[in-house]
Amino acid sequence: MLLIPCPHCGPRPETEFVYGGDARVKRPDPSNSSDEQWAAYIYERENPKGQHQELWLHSAGCHLWLIIERDTVTHAIGSVRAAREDQQ
Amino acid sequence: MVNERYSFLALAKHALTGHKNWQPAIRHPEPKDKYDVIVVGGGGHGLATAYYLAKLHGINKVALLERGWIGGGNTGRNTTIVRSNYLLEENANFYEHSLKLWEGLSSDLNFNVMFSQRSVINTCHTPAELESTMRRYNAMRLNGIDAEFLTADELKRRVPSINLGQDGSLRWPILAALSQPRGGVARHDAVAWGFARGADALGVDIIQNCEVTGFKRAVDGRITGVETNRGPISASKVGVAVAGHSGQVMAMADVRLPIESHLLQAFVSEPVKPFLDVVVSTGALHFYISQTDKGEVLLGGGLDGYNSYGQRGTIPNIQEVTSAATEMFPNISRLKWMRQWAGVMDMTMDGSPIIGKTPVPGLFFDGGWCYGGFKAIPGSGWCFAHTIATGEPHSLNASFTLERFGRSAVIDEKGAGPFPKAH
Repeated sequence: MLLIPCPHCGPRPETEFVYGGDARVKRPDPSNSSDEQWAAYIYERENPKGQHQELWLHSAGCHLWLIIERDTVTHAIGSVRAAREDQQ
Repeated sequence: MVNERYSFLALAKHALTGHKNWQPAIRHPEPKDKYDVIVVGGGGHGLATAYYLAKLHGINKVALLERGWIGGGNTGRNTTIVRSNYLLEENANFYEHSLKLWEGLSSDLNFNVMFSQRSVINTCHTPAELESTMRRYNAMRLNGIDAEFLTADELKRRVPSINLGQDGSLRWPILAALSQPRGGVARHDAVAWGFARGADALGVDIIQNCEVTGFKRAVDGRITGVETNRGPISASKVGVAVAGHSGQVMAMADVRLPIESHLLQAFVSEPVKPFLDVVVSTGALHFYISQTDKGEVLLGGGLDGYNSYGQRGTIPNIQEVTSAATEMFPNISRLKWMRQWAGVMDMTMDGSPIIGKTPVPGLFFDGGWCYGGFKAIPGSGWCFAHTIATGEPHSLNASFTLERFGRSAVIDEKGAGPFPKAH
């Protein structure tokens, strides 16, 4: 069981969250992108054995989208921040 | 080296000498400098590939490299279900071919893989599920695959210990079920050992404790061999079948894959007397159940739900699977779990596997089996061997290319979209 330290609600069990996958995927510029860039956007993901930047939605809590750094072998959680901080 | 044939006569002969003179089933050769083909990965898929390369395509100078021991990864961790009850034509044709190979496998390999065609039954719990399952039933029959639609009463007669839940004990009572009578289970270790023994007898060098640490490339980029912890080995063709760690191995050749690694858990209980002679699975409640030859109740469920390489599994999934199982089979509620474990699944973006060429000339890839790799072992090895030997895919695996994602020509059996955890 992951205990995810939500910056808004505090530590909460993983069952309150929905997983959103690789946080480093960026939507290409619609006016200026190739088919290859769109295919990579839809189908290619980072899949590291170790530190992984990933999205989680606190769906049974504050509804914030979070970006969490988690180790995919030990499941230890490193940094946690609200995803909207990246967009500002 | 030709293996001694296993037979009743051989058993009787060796009984006279106290079973002390059996030959080892495979050799343990040192790697040579050069082979025609290198297969990376000594699970079921790699071993089957090596076997069919030697048997059907006459390529005997084959090295199979395994980092640990053969059959020690997902081949030894799965719940051994074999079926071909698919909706989409590409999947139906491929898995039905694999099922047909299963039906003759023990005799082909002269090794009892204990394939038991005891029926694989999917239960339906909602009107929508009933309709989609009926559609799949019709697709199966049109593709020439055996299938039976069972009413709730017929299911209860076939599986007396099941709780249909029509008294209100299930939130979604069982309305009907789809059965594939030719589906069933097999002995997972025997599949690895049988293919290994068969391949070895045809001259394949099975080299265990040999980890691939890099690929050797020519100036023009094509593959010329592999680097290993036991020195470099040359070959003009290399096939990779390393499910679970496909991403790590293919990254050494700069190939990115549309794959995420997720965990799937399985559980076995203490052994009890036989009470369940079919495989039952439910998509609505997220679990499946069978009883092993040893009497253990074997359970599995859905994915843990987020990227992981930790072969342990997490608590919420144990709770979900156990609660679903005890609702549908109340008679197992007081059994104790003996073991629980998890395997690392290559989850692709459309839920279907990849068998074929890669952007690197001479490098071939077989992976992305999601949680359905066991049943595919003979078919996958058969198709991958054809692809490596001829340089082109067979019609059975022509759709399962890596480049299908670039064309969005995905094979999405479940219609779940590019979300690996949802397949």
